[in-house]
Amino acid sequence: MSRRDVLAGGALVLVGTSVSRADTIAGHLPWAPNAGNPPLPAKPGPWLYFTAAEGRAMEAIADRIIPADPETPGGKDTGCVVFIDRQLAGAYGRQEGLYVSGPFETGTKNQGPQSAEGPAQHYRGALAALERACSSQPGGKAFADLTASEQDALLHGLEKGDLKLEGVDGQAFFAQAVKDVQMGFFADPVYGGNRNMAAWKMIGFPGARYNYLDWVKRHNERFPLPPVSITGRAEWTPKGS
Amino acid sequence: MDAQGKLRYVVSRRLPNKDVVIVGLGWTGAIMAQELTEEGLEVVAIERGPWRDSPTDFPPTYMQDELRYRIRHELFLAPAQSTFTFRNKAEQTALPIRSWGAFMPGNGVGGAGVHWNGEIWRFLPSDFVLKTHLTQRYGAKFLPADMRIQDWGVTYDELEPHYDRFEYLCGASGTAGNIKGTIHEGGNPYEGPRSRPYPTPAQEQPFGYQLFAKAARELGYKPFPQPSANLSTAYQNPLGLRLGACTYCGFCEWFGCANYAKASPQTTLLPALVRKPNFSARTDCEVLRINTDASGKRATGVTFVDSSGQEWEQPAELVILAAFSLFNVQLLLHSGIGRPYDPISQTGVIGRNYTHQTVSTATGFFDHRKYNFNPFIASGAIGMCIDEFNGDNFDHGPHGFVGGGYVGHVQTGARPIETTPTPPGTPTWGAAWKQAVRENYLSTIKPGTGVHGSFYAYRDTYLDLDPTYKDRFGRPLMRMTIDLHDNEIKQNRFLTDKFAEIIQAMGAREVVKQYRTAPYDITAYQTTHVNGGAIMGTDPNTSALNRYLQSWDVPNLFVTGASAFPQNAGYNPTGTVGALAYWSAAAIRSQYLKRPGRPLDA
Repeated sequence: MSRRDVLAGGALVLVGTSVSRADTIAGHLPWAPNAGNPPLPAKPGPWLYFTAAEGRAMEAIADRIIPADPETPGGKDTGCVVFIDRQLAGAYGRQEGLYVSGPFETGTKNQGPQSAEGPAQHYRGALAALERACSSQPGGKAFADLTASEQDALLHGLEKGDLKLEGVDGQAFFAQAVKDVQMGFFADPVYGGNRNMAAWKMIGFPGARYNYLDWVKRHNERFPLPPVSITGRAEWTPKGS
Repeated sequence: MDAQGKLRYVVSRRLPNKDVVIVGLGWTGAIMAQELTEEGLEVVAIERGPWRDSPTDFPPTYMQDELRYRIRHELFLAPAQSTFTFRNKAEQTALPIRSWGAFMPGNGVGGAGVHWNGEIWRFLPSDFVLKTHLTQRYGAKFLPADMRIQDWGVTYDELEPHYDRFEYLCGASGTAGNIKGTIHEGGNPYEGPRSRPYPTPAQEQPFGYQLFAKAARELGYKPFPQPSANLSTAYQNPLGLRLGACTYCGFCEWFGCANYAKASPQTTLLPALVRKPNFSARTDCEVLRINTDASGKRATGVTFVDSSGQEWEQPAELVILAAFSLFNVQLLLHSGIGRPYDPISQTGVIGRNYTHQTVSTATGFFDHRKYNFNPFIASGAIGMCIDEFNGDNFDHGPHGFVGGGYVGHVQTGARPIETTPTPPGTPTWGAAWKQAVRENYLSTIKPGTGVHGSFYAYRDTYLDLDPTYKDRFGRPLMRMTIDLHDNEIKQNRFLTDKFAEIIQAMGAREVVKQYRTAPYDITAYQTTHVNGGAIMGTDPNTSALNRYLQSWDVPNLFVTGASAFPQNAGYNPTGTVGALAYWSAAAIRSQYLKRPGRPLDA
């Protein structure tokens, strides 16, 4: 007998002793201390998702997507790969909250991704395939050991679809890597990228400020204050903490 | 039964009877609860998501987090809980929306009223009599053969007092353009007459928005500040609740407001509502279906499931379906109320006239040595707009399409994950990309939806139940079949070109137009203005609801929200959603309760 059958029969039987919840709100606004859910800062330390080799390859890729220049550090030193690693080790990598029931059919591009695998598996598979592609080239070096211009040539090949990776859509992987590295660059430093708010300083975004009332009417003037993160600024934090 | 002989699946526990059960505690659920408790009725609201409030859930210490709230959709419904399948045409196989894209359904108490931008518009008088108006002016042959626009059954003049109530509840900030028929300089001269000015003055407009207005004026248009529910000043609403002034933090769209400056159910209704002894709410409880008696013509209440999986029956005399538009339609389909729409025979009403919004934009790149817009200083409903090309404010005869929209510089901030524009020809990565981002961030105008066009209804654009994919309770997902039609594509091309001319006239070095094109794309955000599927009207053969939002089939069921829109106008929907809720509540209070269970007179 299915639940539907029971209910269709109008059997509204009151049975069972299991704990059930139907929270009722009445009389006053609910309030409990610390009911909110502040973000958890990305912890420094070893990779949580990537292997050492994967992390090294990703840092090389990140430094090509965002090369260092005299004013602003690159993708590696701003922590973009730490950002991606922590994201892949967390809810995002596991596709938490997404609809992951089958069947999985290939649709049109505008129907959106239809894959049982999440981004964590995509990165693993694509980085392995990239290393296989590198080792089959003359010299057989790992991606991270190639020169910057050799790396650029490979990444351009992926971008254009000229370089095919075995068993993996290399073009889609590289587009994802560009998106994620740049996301780490611009996200709040609490998530491990944008170290020292380097990206925000570079563009002039003041960060997690909450009040520009005195600046609304000041036209065509550069906002003078440095950025702040959700966790504040380095100057406000004791050294070594 | 399991091996021990105990019932394993069972069973709904029955709760004490209420006068009214409301499904969903967002804008319309809260308005209905406020109005019906005033009549002394015992009202319970059942909300699928969690309780949420400003100090606990949107604190200024960490709400300004683009990754968490925009990119990872923290405040929105998890697709794992419920999603939809999508296809462009009936001959395709619809596939599930696995992660939100084109629109983002809200979740929890406050619903979309938490994360909305606060763009609080009224529709034009002609929008409510659209079919009659266009047919009279242009002739029936001017309309595409497969277009299915309808009159609403309610007029602007009837709705005006209810627009007014919603705006004064919210404390809306704006400059009136038409007060009782007198046109006022600085406001929108095309708007329908309003009975009094906005409750609070328009928001301040930073540099880029002022420059847009100046350019628009020089081109002969009449720019005006976008009506905003992010308040320009502190305000006390008629329920005695106090809102603060917006601080232009630039974290409005996708975010909750930390400083009580954005009108939401939390800031304008709930603190008063929750103190009433005849109101209660249940959170984290998802309604599975509306129950009807053996005749199918009377609702007996709803069945919901709590977060432990326990089912409950909440009996009630009157059922108000006040979930987000799509979920209203889904619940009607799951409950077997109203005849589902069949696009072949064009019969049935549930799922009919599903629409969205036709949006696009133009990005203006300016010389960074001369222009600094500080684009991060913004609010969700900031902006300067023109209405010359909305609705039927202009002669469509020479253009070969109907409909239109407002266009305006309405940029809601410059959160850098999404808003680091680079001029055409820039590589997407590498040193040249980095340099272009550095140079252009402060000197680019990038309105998210600068062109806000109407989306009219068509025979082949509809909602029904998917044959394959199921939700977590095993119910079929709802399937959306939607594409852009030539009329909307032409309309968008026309509006985008007009908009780009103004951006160019501001002094842009380069303007990039992003037209809306077919096929309709479910992956890229457009707006969360998804409408129709349970539309209001005057004919039970072509509408699910009468002009008071009362179900034709089940008269003790009312269905609020944008699911009632017969088609979408060239404005954001929330102002009209709020007005319709007050209009419906007034009819229930003044007419329905005198003869409960009866269809209201037209």
